[in-house]
Amino acid sequence: MAEALLAIDDLRVQFDRGEDEVFAVNGVSFSIAEGEALGIVGESGSGKSVTLMSALGLIRENGKIKSGTAKFQGHDLLKMRPRQLEDIRGRDIGVVFQDPMTSLNPVMRIGDQIMESMLTHQYAGRREAFERTLQLLHEMGIPEPKARFRNYPHEFSGGMRQRIMIAIALACEPQLLIADEPTTALDVTVQMQILALLQEQRQKKRMSIAIITHDFGVATNFCDRIIVLYAGQIMEMADTRQFLRQPAHPYTVGLKNSIIEIGQRDRQLSPIPGMAPTLTEPPKSCSFASRCPFATERCRSELPALREISPNHHVACHRAEEVLAHAI
Amino acid sequence: MAIAVSQAGPVAAPKRHSQFYLGWKRFSKNYFAVAGLVWVAIFFIVGIIGPWIAPYSYKDADFLAMHTGPSWKHLFGTDTVGYDVFSQILFSIRYALEIALGATCVSFVIGVILGLWAGLAGGIADVIIMRGVDFMFALPSFFFALILVVLLGKGLGPMMLAIGVPGWAGYARLIRSLVLSMRNGEMVEAARALGASQSHIAFKYMFPNVVGSMVVSLAFGIPYDLTAQAGLSIVGMGLNPPMPSFGNMLAAAGENILGFPWLLYFPAGIFAITLLSFLFVADGLQEAFSPKGGM
Amino acid sequence: MPSSPLLQVEEVSKRFRVQGRDLHAVEKVSFQLDAGKTMGLVGESGSGKSTLGRLVLRLLDANEGRILFDGKDITSLSPKQMRPLRRDMQIIFQDPQASMSPRMTIGAAIEDAMAIHNIGTKAERQKRVDELLERVGLPTVVKYAFPHELSGGQLQRVGIARALSLNPKLVICDEPISALDVSIQVQVIQLLQELQKDFNLTYIFISHNLAVVEYLSDQVAVLYLGEVVEQGPAEELFANPTHPYTQVLLQSILKMPDDTEKRQALTSIQGEIPSPFNPPSGCTFHPRCPFATDVCREKKPERKVVGNQHSVTCHLAN
Repeated sequence: MAEALLAIDDLRVQFDRGEDEVFAVNGVSFSIAEGEALGIVGESGSGKSVTLMSALGLIRENGKIKSGTAKFQGHDLLKMRPRQLEDIRGRDIGVVFQDPMTSLNPVMRIGDQIMESMLTHQYAGRREAFERTLQLLHEMGIPEPKARFRNYPHEFSGGMRQRIMIAIALACEPQLLIADEPTTALDVTVQMQILALLQEQRQKKRMSIAIITHDFGVATNFCDRIIVLYAGQIMEMADTRQFLRQPAHPYTVGLKNSIIEIGQRDRQLSPIPGMAPTLTEPPKSCSFASRCPFATERCRSELPALREISPNHHVACHRAEEVLAHAI
Repeated sequence: MAIAVSQAGPVAAPKRHSQFYLGWKRFSKNYFAVAGLVWVAIFFIVGIIGPWIAPYSYKDADFLAMHTGPSWKHLFGTDTVGYDVFSQILFSIRYALEIALGATCVSFVIGVILGLWAGLAGGIADVIIMRGVDFMFALPSFFFALILVVLLGKGLGPMMLAIGVPGWAGYARLIRSLVLSMRNGEMVEAARALGASQSHIAFKYMFPNVVGSMVVSLAFGIPYDLTAQAGLSIVGMGLNPPMPSFGNMLAAAGENILGFPWLLYFPAGIFAITLLSFLFVADGLQEAFSPKGGM
Repeated sequence: MPSSPLLQVEEVSKRFRVQGRDLHAVEKVSFQLDAGKTMGLVGESGSGKSTLGRLVLRLLDANEGRILFDGKDITSLSPKQMRPLRRDMQIIFQDPQASMSPRMTIGAAIEDAMAIHNIGTKAERQKRVDELLERVGLPTVVKYAFPHELSGGQLQRVGIARALSLNPKLVICDEPISALDVSIQVQVIQLLQELQKDFNLTYIFISHNLAVVEYLSDQVAVLYLGEVVEQGPAEELFANPTHPYTQVLLQSILKMPDDTEKRQALTSIQGEIPSPFNPPSGCTFHPRCPFATDVCREKKPERKVVGNQHSVTCHLAN
């Protein structure tokens, strides 16, 4: 396996809500290899976004990182001063958010916004940055880059704005791109365009991508490896192939069964009952047990560790082998 | 046969508390707001009973004890004419409150009527009212108040009108924007889809959602009007002496600041604390009224 | 005597006037819907599907066309005349939080729907609130909660209970699951299905999710820029998608593959849905259509019947 570009180890994040505390990330460890496309999948509140964003220092005010390390090329991001982090963010790690309208500056020409990221990180001089911006706009599939350079964000459609966000994220040729629900707000045809663009860029630049998404369709078609988060813990982590062929966590199986696909008119629905918990104390047993059809006494009393059940296939379930063997 | 009911899962039993109780709980967590409320309450009580507990009348000057410092006889000292400062302050509170509350009511009533009209009717009425609002904001309302005092004369009633009438614009704009944001919102659309009549929508859906903002804006409005009436007195357009007012006292104290500083300390201090207290209370109310409770 | 359909929509159009310009939100849409059936409306954002739902409910007024509900023309009824009819036609919103008053408890919100129509006494209404909450899978204590205390999925159940409280015949489901998590989506779909069976409800299910529409609907209409480009029985339409746009939509869905070898190629058509202020000439889809010809650029296509009740608005269909 290639060397880890970003290695997160035992990350714990808590949010202070005044009357109580929410345990949003509870000991998450994983790494992103060079050139890899990693999918981080989970429902809202699973901590999928908080995990990576807090590693980048993008955490809400009431959030606190309690423990863990996040080593990027060997340097711990969590120990860095804000200045150093800012330097890495945007230069070595690009970030794309779900809603480009709120992350773009509405009163600044889009060309200037793309140039700015190169100038602040001293990636290029003015002249070079300008040329590269035109080049980037062209690569992103934005027609007439020269004319569009001078437009403001509101003059673009949703899909085009997302392309601009990606151009900003890629401006300094980062080694890692983190995309937080990059296509959720877009129509299906545009989602395809954006994913195709990301894939093309990834292959050309040989960079790593981490896509945070709730959509298994996006994750399985785009990523090499998939992590499923639930209640701030990794439930399953596997190569996409194993994930598709041998899901071993009951939550993964349940989620996969929850997706209605084309051509399933006559199928019976079997929803996962209940809803995801919001942890106000650290988990002491399996967080999924209350919704799990296979839960036993052990699941309700003992926290399952994330363990490797076959090469590169990690599951946090006491009964993973039985789930795999369809024994239950 | 059992019906398969897809369960939504466990729901924590919600606490059964009234909105008022929850609001108070949030308010009471804000110590500044609670302290402010205590002071405001004292201020109101003094405003009501002040004239009875005042040791001296505001009209009777003790010519034998001019500009004496604080003492047991004259708690806050006496001024250059021999008036008891403590008694003057007690009476000032009474008149200041009367004028500020009256003026705020006047602004509020005009503002709500015009704001509702603009928001609900729209069209030309909206355009005219909103241009009026722009006009009021373009010119300082203190300037309007001065003109109105000149036109209406001095005294309690005229001052309420002078301060209150120019203050409608802020309330009108607030109410209009609240009405507009709700009129086109999904909550009202949902109520219409249920078959609710216009008046049902207005009273059961819109009103409960604006009342909080209105109370908060009132709480911010009162200290503003308190300042305005003091301001009018300072420039000599307020209550005629010997009727006491903070403005008169501050103006006089300013002239004698070097010799008799207590004349400034007590009225200015009490006035400043009062203004702050109102603002703290308003702030606390704002938090208390937010439906999610500032989480 | 053959019973007439519960809902007939005939050549309905809606234009919005925005800053002096006409926005064509819905153009000459027609369909019929029998009682107890589900009509699916699919399309991307800006296709006019939600507007169409609101036209049917008369929350918006159509510029042209007729809407017949239960055989009665409701197109030109006054708001006052509409009010009693609202018992029979209800709507479930995408964002249940926005559609409820933050100052009303869940119980009060559901009860108010009945109070508006003077149904029962207060005690009877409260009893019915309990029944409804139980029916949608919520514990009755929820009635004391305020909307912000519930999760999105729970609130959507409340929205469904409120709509049901009036015993409607027709329920418009406007993207009812789009804002919910995957595992909650299936729960709500299953609930909607059960309720349809139990109460013989008629649904108009508006969604951008083709798979869910296929799963739930008897009839389907695919909208693009306010126009129906293809419509027909769900089974037939999804078996033989004929309009190039329907085909593109279907290809754009990322299915979970069985194995990594069977992944989808990430390709799609160019462009995005054009501005409804100046829709393209001829067939509105021609700038993005891989098969467009000169005819498509110049002439508006007619509706063609290509199968049993299956029609397509495309020059190239036959």
